[in-house]
Amino acid sequence: MNENKIKDLESVALRVREHIIKMSTDGGCFVGASLSATDLMVYLYSEFLNVFEDNLQDPDRDYLFLSKGHDVPALYGTLIEMGILEKERLQNHLSTSDSIYWHPNTNIPCIEFHSGSLGHLPSVALGVALDCKIRGTNNFVVCIMGDGELNEGSCWEAVMVANAYKLDNLIFVIDRNNFQANMATEDLIPLEPLADKFEAFGAEVTRIDGHNFQDLEEAFAEIPYKTGKLNVIIADTVRGKGLPSIEARADRWFCNFSEKEVEELLDELHGNHTANIESETMMVR
Amino acid sequence: MYEELLKNTALADERFIVMTAENRALVKNLPSALGNRFIDTGITEQTMIGAAAGLALRGRIPVVHALSAFLSMRAFEFIRTDVGIANLPVKLSSFIPGFLSDGNGPTHQALEDINIMRGIPNMQVFAPADENDLVNMLPQIWNSSSPSYVRICHRPSDYQHDTNFEIGKAEVISEGIDITILVYGFMFEQAYQTAEILKKEGLSVGLVNMRSLKPVDEKVIISAALNSDLVVTIEDHFLTGGLYSIVAETLLRNNLTVDVLPIALEERWFKPARLNEVLDYEGFTGIKMATKILSYYEEVGEDDLNDNDKYYE
Repeated sequence: MNENKIKDLESVALRVREHIIKMSTDGGCFVGASLSATDLMVYLYSEFLNVFEDNLQDPDRDYLFLSKGHDVPALYGTLIEMGILEKERLQNHLSTSDSIYWHPNTNIPCIEFHSGSLGHLPSVALGVALDCKIRGTNNFVVCIMGDGELNEGSCWEAVMVANAYKLDNLIFVIDRNNFQANMATEDLIPLEPLADKFEAFGAEVTRIDGHNFQDLEEAFAEIPYKTGKLNVIIADTVRGKGLPSIEARADRWFCNFSEKEVEELLDELHGNHTANIESETMMVR
Repeated sequence: MYEELLKNTALADERFIVMTAENRALVKNLPSALGNRFIDTGITEQTMIGAAAGLALRGRIPVVHALSAFLSMRAFEFIRTDVGIANLPVKLSSFIPGFLSDGNGPTHQALEDINIMRGIPNMQVFAPADENDLVNMLPQIWNSSSPSYVRICHRPSDYQHDTNFEIGKAEVISEGIDITILVYGFMFEQAYQTAEILKKEGLSVGLVNMRSLKPVDEKVIISAALNSDLVVTIEDHFLTGGLYSIVAETLLRNNLTVDVLPIALEERWFKPARLNEVLDYEGFTGIKMATKILSYYEEVGEDDLNDNDKYYE
């Protein structure tokens, strides 16, 4: 990937982060989890997925499923930057006049399936990948999962069944931001050694920096890693990436900031002064 | 007959996919017949349902098989969230519900499946009386665009059911002015005997095979309430949320209050044993239910039972 391309993607990601931050007021959103997944989504829609405004019904398109779900502000932002979602609709965040809320739903173009209950979409993606295999199509099915989500046993069921059915068209991407809702993953239900776990279940695993577009390009260029093997990409990320004042903090998951704080966070995103955050962020949701 | 029907349906229509969570009792011969349109996900009810939703997103009609208790409860949230919210045509074939789990014990007793499945928006719920009834019903159920839960009863029977099954319609076996028995599923056979015994006692007895529980045949329930002194509901299900509740909801919605005697499992699991012993022990044989109904009918007294005349004024 050349430098200009990387700069382009970084500027798209910066605008997506602006959208996310603007959604984190007047009701708020899961800002930390969205910021960790932003670069993944920008990369996938810009470079990998053959999903465009005009092929959303094409059975040969690639599929993206957001399983952790509460990272959907990153997808709203990405779809706006791709020209698939109208920017004005973000004004309707949390309004009954539209369907822009905290978890994905199919009233948003490009969203293939709703989520919010963790551990569901690995199996839904599995079903889609199975059908693609039966029909012999050459598309890929990508499912982004949270690391905390891996507490759910159904994720591991899906890995075992994907292995049994040799689904090398299926890609599980783990947004490894090291936090689950209110705790660091390793302090609650330790996941490491995570790559070994997936490998032991039969997957081919790559571990990358989930904020590095060059890394992402290399990881996705190699897919399928091995014929008949489920592809797993562990993307090491930072919760709250881009905003040092909330990065990697257990208490900055769901945030409902004041308008003034949003202005300061936008400044901080652009490398100016550090935001002064006084709002109490919600610990539990 | 079930397997043959499913095989022929799937062979004639590429949309059909047969799935199982390693419960192959009803589909033993389908792996060879259907090739890659037979998918066994192993003992993973949740993943099977999620995958069925994914297949349905691609235009497939998955017919999924698992033991009733684990299909309806282990995978409940997947059914509700992945199939229900998306309103996908996933067809649930629920094996050994109610008393049919006989000697397995309470872990395997699905006695709340009707209750929880009918609570899912968009989900249709069916309970055929026997194999003959089952194969009469399935073509319409599988061709519907709705998700469905079929409480499978595949026991052979000599009874020739009305073959003109319609979703939302009950099968009226007989009508009676003293008592009307409403029943579904496996209990139909015993309820039939109960009705015969009561008729020999000189009573006018109606019998209805409810078979479509959601949508339910409200007209049949209202008619039973208006035209007979006593309505009896029989089900191998907990008292809460099954047919008795459906009847109560229907009558209240129609501003009717009538005498209803429920025969169901009240706040308890049944004693695991051979099926005929279960029925006898729990009081669900034709004769034991007839005795119970007769004693209730006599105890309450004909005159104190429904005075239906008031509804005609």
